[in-house]
Amino acid sequence: MASSFDVVILGGGPAGYVCAIRCAQLGLTTAVVEQDKLGGVCVNIGCIPTKALLHSAYIANLVKESKDFGVEVANVTTDYGVAMKRSRRVSDQNSKGVEFLMKKHKITVIKGTGVVQPGKKVKVGSDVHDAKKAVVIATGSRVKGIPQIGLEINKATVISSDEALLLERVPDSLAIVGAGAVGMEFADIFQAFGVKITLIEALPRILPIEDAESSDVLAKSYRKRGIEVIAGAKVTKAIVGKDKVTLDVEAGGEKKQVVVGAVLMAAGRAVNTQNIGLKECGIQLTDGGFIKVDKNLQTTAPGYYAIGDVAGPPMLAHKGFREGSVVAEIIAGQKPHPIKYDNVPSVTYCHPEVASIGLTEDQCKEKKLDYVAGKFPFSANGRARGTGETEGFVKILRDKKYGEILGAHIVGAHASEMIHELAVARENEYTVEEIDLAIHAHPTMSEAIGEAALDSLGRVLHI
Amino acid sequence: MATKVHMEALSPTMEEGRLVKWAKHEGDPVKSGDTLAEVETDKAVMELVARADGQLLKVMVAEGATVPVGNVVAWIGKPGEKVDGAGSQESGAGAAKPAPAAAAPKATPAPAPAPVPTATAPTPAPVSAPADATRVKASPLAKRIAKDAGVDLKLVQGSGPGGRVIKRDVEGGVAQAQAAATPAPSSRLPTPSGAPYEDIPLTQIRKTIAKRLAASIGPIPHFFLTTEIDMERAAEARDALNRQLGEAGGKISFNDIIIKAVALALVQHRACNAWFQEDHIRYWNEVHIGMAVAIEDGLITPVIRNADLKSLREIGAEARELAARARNRRLKPEEYTGATFSVSNLGMFDIDQFTAVINPPEAGIVAIGSIVPKAVPDGDRVVVRRRLRLTMSCDHRVIDGATGAAFLKTLKQMLENPLAMLL
Repeated sequence: MASSFDVVILGGGPAGYVCAIRCAQLGLTTAVVEQDKLGGVCVNIGCIPTKALLHSAYIANLVKESKDFGVEVANVTTDYGVAMKRSRRVSDQNSKGVEFLMKKHKITVIKGTGVVQPGKKVKVGSDVHDAKKAVVIATGSRVKGIPQIGLEINKATVISSDEALLLERVPDSLAIVGAGAVGMEFADIFQAFGVKITLIEALPRILPIEDAESSDVLAKSYRKRGIEVIAGAKVTKAIVGKDKVTLDVEAGGEKKQVVVGAVLMAAGRAVNTQNIGLKECGIQLTDGGFIKVDKNLQTTAPGYYAIGDVAGPPMLAHKGFREGSVVAEIIAGQKPHPIKYDNVPSVTYCHPEVASIGLTEDQCKEKKLDYVAGKFPFSANGRARGTGETEGFVKILRDKKYGEILGAHIVGAHASEMIHELAVARENEYTVEEIDLAIHAHPTMSEAIGEAALDSLGRVLHI
Repeated sequence: MATKVHMEALSPTMEEGRLVKWAKHEGDPVKSGDTLAEVETDKAVMELVARADGQLLKVMVAEGATVPVGNVVAWIGKPGEKVDGAGSQESGAGAAKPAPAAAAPKATPAPAPAPVPTATAPTPAPVSAPADATRVKASPLAKRIAKDAGVDLKLVQGSGPGGRVIKRDVEGGVAQAQAAATPAPSSRLPTPSGAPYEDIPLTQIRKTIAKRLAASIGPIPHFFLTTEIDMERAAEARDALNRQLGEAGGKISFNDIIIKAVALALVQHRACNAWFQEDHIRYWNEVHIGMAVAIEDGLITPVIRNADLKSLREIGAEARELAARARNRRLKPEEYTGATFSVSNLGMFDIDQFTAVINPPEAGIVAIGSIVPKAVPDGDRVVVRRRLRLTMSCDHRVIDGATGAAFLKTLKQMLENPLAMLL
């Protein structure tokens, strides 16, 4: 059955479903084409289930240390299968939540794989749907292996996060290739469930996009917990056996053989741009393989927009959310506030958490900016001492002349929640002085933000 | 009990206000914060707002009347409530104080951005000050950068939410805004983009000034600034240069020196080197001087392009050549269009002083009178010096009094000390 809508959106992930909601709010008739579950990678095999598992890991680590807090828990055992099933329930709840939102906003959800066609049409199976105003491509991305070095995902001994999220039982040992957000989070999860982890990163440090000091704190913390961290490492050879994988790893001039029960590939993602009719519609890709868009997120074919992972980095759900809502407003003829891509926060939910916004200190140096780094460690924060979560710091990079917050980095418990003070500040162009002027409640972890701001002004109080 | 509405001090220096127009009429319901009337202060037309809810019971002052600050101008109360009809006479000269500031938080807005007083124009036309012209929405960072760069945020178009001025706007506008907002002479401004000009959208206040002044005087709201310049040293320089040139030809005229000086002064005062373009002002980074030439049945202004970059000799040769062809009707259109500023010289006709009419879209023109020997005081003696009276006509939509005066000051300095042109 064919039908006609104002807007047809390919993909019901974060970018797509938010775009649909915003379109509906603006009075546009909207359809979302989704081949799998609503909510996309984020809700089903990404952000949401990993956060559930990370909390299981947090509890596991907490009870191991609870004796120091006067709470003794005898015979602590962990069962990944139980944690996994709980994470599935959380995902399902969230996916149903998205389904509910679609119903609430009277958005038509079309099950199937959409293919864009010229003339603002979207073909799903044998049906062709007309988009009177616009087609929005939000097909997202997927995990990828590194077949060049013999690490093609086989879903048994070489797995991706997709499989890791559905394991009933954990392997004894696991090598994780890639220490970005995904690799870091799974290292944290599986270590807490008793897996011997080897974390391998090709770049010179783990969490390579974060500030070097953040990477240092995490490397130290992970090593303390018994995770083997090998950065600046090259996997030269991989032999994939039936129940083990042997990796030849070269790092810092030294060669090493790593034998593990399984390998988790956490190095990069591929965007879903194949077989969806892009070429036929005149939609071009960038050299990096993303869909080429202009500042209004319109592709090279007028009337076709791209949002979320397919539209370019950073591949983050919250960036997709914002693009979805901005594109809906553009389609509805509004002039939305432009997205500031340098103001998208980056968060890794490992323990301790890492959150940042803006430039790293190295980037400030590369750009030859005249800056001051203000820093405050959680070891000097009363609340952190109380909870025993003294790892990490807040670092604010202040422009010397005007006090602009060039970048901010938080490592520590709840960093993911605290970064938003700095996101609001940066979005509204507050300087470090406005951060200081805001009274921070005592005792809170957030006080460290005020103190870091003060430190950048040479007036830190509690250190 | 009914509440008195006083004439409030709407600007820090306001002593009396003229009630221009009642926005509410007797019997109208009013809410606190509603505009009751437009009041013309010494600086601008401002809004007098209600400080109480209820009904406008009685209006004590007729439109057009001028009332001292503190006098009762109206009453607000419940419908049917009785008011003291003698309210307007209760004070001699401001006996009744306006509501104390604490009770009237909105009573003292920031000083209104008044039109800059002009030198010869009559009382400047009142400029109504919309709320967003007195209070500038800007991010803290933008404010700091603007303060540091001496940029008037009122002149910057904000691109943030709700027109909020953000860093990008200030950074983009620093150079232009400096030229536009700072009357003080500055060194040659860098041209950030390398483009021949930059278009700066009209700010709210600039729009209002443009509208009000145009309505009050004519399509181009002219005002005039006159200065007398000592040409003794320019004359000496000219004589010396011409001796140097000797028979090689191409004598330097006063007109050439003036064109060069005007061009160089414009480089320092880009705010005067501009075109008014209805919804924006085009600030030129290049200086093209239009030179008014009388021809048989009228007037034409051939253009000496990039006059600031040309030598006196080049200017002289070009001016003579263009003037000759102008008189023979042999100018190409591109030779008499595109000036950014003009010079009109009637010195040769024994005119002491005159005012020239602006050639739109240019924002200014200088009128050059004769250079005449005059007795001028020199300490306690009287000496005879060659003097020139020069009058600048300014388009008030672009150039404010102080801006034009600052330009003229630079021009005067250059002509009185021609060596300054070498700086």
